[in-house]
Amino acid sequence: MLGWELPPLNSGGLGVACYHLCRHLSEVGVNIDFVMPYKMPDGHNVNFMNIHSVNPTTISSEYFLGAYSGWSNELHKQQQAYKNTVEHLVKNNQYDVIHAHDWLTLQAGVHAKRLTGLPLVAHVHSTEFDRCANTSGNPFVHEIEYNCLLMADRIIAVSNATKNILIERYGLPADKIEVAYSAVDPAIFWQQNDFQNSYEYLRRMQTHGFKVVVSLGRLTIQKGLYFLLKAAQQAVSLQPKLLFLIVGDGELRDELIRLSAELGISENVIFTGFLRGKQWRDAYQIADMFVMSSVSEPYGLTALEAASADTAVLLSKQSGVSEVLHSTLQFDFWDTTKLADYIINVAEQPALKNSLAHNSKQEVNNLSWSNVARQISELYFNIVRQPA
Amino acid sequence: MKKAVCLYMHVHQPFRVRPYSVFEAGKDSNYWYDFSYDSRANNQRIINKVAEKSYRPTNAVLQQLLETYPEFHFSLSITGTLIDQLQMWAPDVIESFQKLVATGRVEILAETYYHSLAFFYSKQEFERQVKQHGIKIRELFGVTPQVLRNTELSYNNDLAYWADQSGYKGIITEGWDDVLGWRSPNFMYRPAYTQKIRLLLKNYKLSDDIAFRFSDRNWAEWPLTADKYAHWLNALPDDEQLINLFMDYETFGEHQWEDHGIFDFLRHFPGEFLKDGNSFLTLSQAIDKFEPVDTMDIPHTITWADTERDLTAWLGNAMQQQAIQCIYKLEHDVLATGDQSLIEDWRRLQTSDHFYYMCTKWFNDGDVHAYFSPYSSPYDAYIYFFNALRDLKLRLLDQQRGRK
Repeated sequence: MLGWELPPLNSGGLGVACYHLCRHLSEVGVNIDFVMPYKMPDGHNVNFMNIHSVNPTTISSEYFLGAYSGWSNELHKQQQAYKNTVEHLVKNNQYDVIHAHDWLTLQAGVHAKRLTGLPLVAHVHSTEFDRCANTSGNPFVHEIEYNCLLMADRIIAVSNATKNILIERYGLPADKIEVAYSAVDPAIFWQQNDFQNSYEYLRRMQTHGFKVVVSLGRLTIQKGLYFLLKAAQQAVSLQPKLLFLIVGDGELRDELIRLSAELGISENVIFTGFLRGKQWRDAYQIADMFVMSSVSEPYGLTALEAASADTAVLLSKQSGVSEVLHSTLQFDFWDTTKLADYIINVAEQPALKNSLAHNSKQEVNNLSWSNVARQISELYFNIVRQPA
Repeated sequence: MKKAVCLYMHVHQPFRVRPYSVFEAGKDSNYWYDFSYDSRANNQRIINKVAEKSYRPTNAVLQQLLETYPEFHFSLSITGTLIDQLQMWAPDVIESFQKLVATGRVEILAETYYHSLAFFYSKQEFERQVKQHGIKIRELFGVTPQVLRNTELSYNNDLAYWADQSGYKGIITEGWDDVLGWRSPNFMYRPAYTQKIRLLLKNYKLSDDIAFRFSDRNWAEWPLTADKYAHWLNALPDDEQLINLFMDYETFGEHQWEDHGIFDFLRHFPGEFLKDGNSFLTLSQAIDKFEPVDTMDIPHTITWADTERDLTAWLGNAMQQQAIQCIYKLEHDVLATGDQSLIEDWRRLQTSDHFYYMCTKWFNDGDVHAYFSPYSSPYDAYIYFFNALRDLKLRLLDQQRGRK
């Protein structure tokens, strides 16, 4: 299994998805060797598979170059080293399938396939078109994606939206692509043993009639925070008792901070930076509603997590998760007036808020990682039995 | 003709907001006291450092100069936020200032207690802060300020009018070329639309030779010696008799370091200058001695900061404007609570330094801004400020509910 991220060395949803996928695959009897660019920090809880690290030292998560950190020489070097480690592994061990996630590991996957003749499963969590919000993106990354996906024996896309991008923009044959919807691990919200939410300020403001709107994700162009802030301004002009909690970090942080001041909503917008653990979980739970405003979202695990935490979800139509979460309010990412309208309505109508929360939770419960694992292990068996 | 120098030094430290996270808001309303020693926003540590590098050695030199030269006079302004911190952490520095003032040859100026820009947002609040400062100065030094300086030497006709009506005999600001035109700052002036008050203008070229350029080895005049500087002053045209040297007090030992010779300069300059029959005057003495030569009409606000000499270092971007507007918006409600600690925290958040840290002009003046900021970026400054403001507003909401 070639993944780039596993918590706590992760920058977003890819690492989370790899973790749960592998755990459930191991439960259905798949033995996994997982390759990471760095040694995992002490105290990690991965005991269901072997982790091989390219670099024998570990690294603080704040310096970790995640799968979404964009092209850089340093990342390119790490990618080459990663390929060498994979080469060493496949030469000295027996495997049945190579499963690679997203562009950073795809080259290593193709390399291993060339050396061994083993089938390659390419798992697409996001494409360069998504990450660059449908602008042209990085041609090197496009080239890697195009070449490697062409070489792959099977492709797993995280949603139909992603599958369509692969067909329409990369010209890949539809019958090579299978959709597997990621699930959410409900246990993440059971781990809480203390009942005090980290956001005492927000809790107390709620007692003064304020409603909390949460957004969680990397502060990049893909996530459409620009549109959320524009909608926030419109919503606040009609309903001042709204607080927007923006969780995450990224290259647009300073620009978004400045934008919130320029829009005159400094008091209503809170930037927390990147969070993990309890503070991250509590954000879902303190929320009166969760907004995902992505310009192009292959899937959108955060929306599932929010729904799983009994929170009403507002979702851009340009997200894969809208294929499975139906009890949500959906808007086109550019339609800030519509989004503002939704925000005000959910804030002011408890009945709407509660039914959204209740119904979307049911929908999340229908998804499970063990189903995903069964689906993917079947795919493994098929591919091994009848090589392409 | 003999010259007179008005040496005026501004002594100030803000209560910096500690790196205050939204997770603390609603739980801990301490915005000012940072208990981690290595934090750059630890006010106690900064006071200790500046006291050691600047206040104690500078006051010792000034005391010595007053004893050596009976003709030596100068003026000071000391903010309330600094006095509060010195009383907590370096009370001996207060005593050394008291000793200087007790000679009767050191004048203290009026200003806002909190080093705020209140004049431009709420005249009532401005008056309250000037009054509070005056009470503190009388209590500590036994003198009543006669000359007004507003935060960052910000000035316009309205301020002069207010000061005149309020009975101040003088007011000071930057001698900026745009307002002077062909005129020289080295004279006494009369502000437009006023009755009695006088205006003194900073000679920024000569002041900044000491305050900014003293240690600069790339400066053609480096090294600046006391006799060379005294010679420059004497070489000014005969009729230009009043030389206003206005600067931050922390020039001595903090902005310019001891090992670059700033204390030697301070020690020797008065002797060199007095040798030729010149004098040092307090601002009030200068007002008594010199007649105004012209009227200054300054409708737009000027300050002594940056190459623009305006308020853009504090109010130039949207983050700064939002921050200051959100503070003054609360005036009526905060004061209505009568809660002294809430009012005090609200006033400390008015200190202009908070807005200065949010400045994004990173060109010529950027280095100066970065040097003075305790935060890693203007955006962090903004976030900590707003987190503190959120908590303050929550306290206000709780109080309002309590009274209903």
